[in-house]
Amino acid sequence: MSATSFDARRWRPPPLIKNRHLRWAVGIGAAVYFTVAIGSLEVNWMRIYEGLDRGWAFVLAFTQPDFTSRWQDIREGLTESLVMTVTSTVIGILISIPIGLGAARNIAPLPVYLLCRGIIAVSRSFQEVIIAIFFVAIFGFGPLAGVLTLSFATIGFLSKLLAEDIEDIDRSQAEAIRATGARWLQFMNYGIQPQVMPRLIGLSLYRLDINFRESAVVGLVGAGGIGATLNTAFDRYEFDTAAAILIAIIGIVMTAEYASGLIRARVQ
Amino acid sequence: MPAVERNGTKLWHRRTTGRQMAIWFGWLCGLALFLYCWQIVSEATTWFFVWDAPRIAGDIGSRMVPPRWSYVDKLWQPLWDTINIATVGTALAIVMAVPVAFLAARNTTPSATFIRPIALLIIVSSRSINSLIWALLLVSIIGPGVLAGTIAIGLRSIGFVAKLLYEAIEEIDHTQVEAITATGARPSQVMAYAIVPQIMPAFAGISVFRWDINIRESTVLGLVGAGGIGLQLQASLNVLAWPQVTVILIAILMTVLVSEWVSAKVRHAII
Repeated sequence: MSATSFDARRWRPPPLIKNRHLRWAVGIGAAVYFTVAIGSLEVNWMRIYEGLDRGWAFVLAFTQPDFTSRWQDIREGLTESLVMTVTSTVIGILISIPIGLGAARNIAPLPVYLLCRGIIAVSRSFQEVIIAIFFVAIFGFGPLAGVLTLSFATIGFLSKLLAEDIEDIDRSQAEAIRATGARWLQFMNYGIQPQVMPRLIGLSLYRLDINFRESAVVGLVGAGGIGATLNTAFDRYEFDTAAAILIAIIGIVMTAEYASGLIRARVQ
Repeated sequence: MPAVERNGTKLWHRRTTGRQMAIWFGWLCGLALFLYCWQIVSEATTWFFVWDAPRIAGDIGSRMVPPRWSYVDKLWQPLWDTINIATVGTALAIVMAVPVAFLAARNTTPSATFIRPIALLIIVSSRSINSLIWALLLVSIIGPGVLAGTIAIGLRSIGFVAKLLYEAIEEIDHTQVEAITATGARPSQVMAYAIVPQIMPAFAGISVFRWDINIRESTVLGLVGAGGIGLQLQASLNVLAWPQVTVILIAILMTVLVSEWVSAKVRHAII
């Protein structure tokens, strides 16, 4: 803060961006950009006006969701989503652990490190849906494509965070284990694993949660799960069924979040 | 630590036998659940296609190269749209998320029993539903186009921004609030001089972070008709124009990398 801050009449809270010219440039730039960007939104007011009825119908549908008339489809879709979630999370964790070990600079040699980091970068760059489109093209329609998509996405998430966690471990414990003459596997088991285990469990539970949410999306492109049912409901303007599905998804996500919160609190 | 007496020597164990059995049983249940789920997936799979997969993958791979670079000319407009969807959507989300965050934070909410649960419900609903599903919904309500995508990104981001922001509000240093209150400040002044300055860096960081995520998400919104480069992707996939798909994927990759770089730079500058 400059000396002016002692002048009671002229004091102002310090701004976020200290350089005054930069502050003005950012402000004006943002204003110009938003004017242009919002101007480039082609808003078809007639279409929106017509859609308002449908929008209101959707809001009303939330007050009386229809679970019954498509119950069979909803039940099958949700079961498939849950099944895909469990399978893909387990497979994803099993693959991410070795890749995570390989991507930690302090325990992996350079070529392995670069390879594993490359896999992580590819997995993180593309949205699940794009990967799902390819897996559906390659493996055919059905939940297997979804499971593989979610497993692949899990690798990018879990390996990266696991590797960062391993890079942050307390070196002295690992050194102590190594000093006893432990073999590589024993070194992993006693020097590394106890330090990262609580976080790994927490992250796995979090990923289980994410995978369920994403499993609702990969169905849109034919990779199994509740997404296909939801898409059909929207296409037919059956908003009450769509509302029922969304409420079910929100309910399951909330339950999962609450449960994983309890488990994480116990583990950490 | 429990010990087991065997042949006169004491063997130390980490856990009692009962606890060891319980853990073993837990793993057994987990394994059974996984195998059961795998079986369901397996039954729904046409394994013939799976055995054929390497050939198909090779086939698609060979069709994707060489990329049709001339197609890039048609991508600038959709890319601009994509960036607009992400940026305007993020701005929209921030405008709506800030009040929700203040209503959800324990130390600023007007009523912890009535209003806070509603704010938390808004956050959870927004977070549980993927932006593609929001887009699907909005396309069927207001028609296809960039607007639907922008609103979808906005609705999806409320939860994320509000959640991180209300956690930041709950973690503020309370002594500053007390100091400002002690000067006789009105609640709005307490807000402006004690709370806002403390959460400003977190707020800017969260916004940029979400913008980065939104760039990724807006690249695929076109798959359901909500504008952006995803429309081109969908069109190219529909006519099996694989060389164009390669160009689009490279364009998406570049955009994502640039946005990640920008976001890292800005966050580094703030924190």
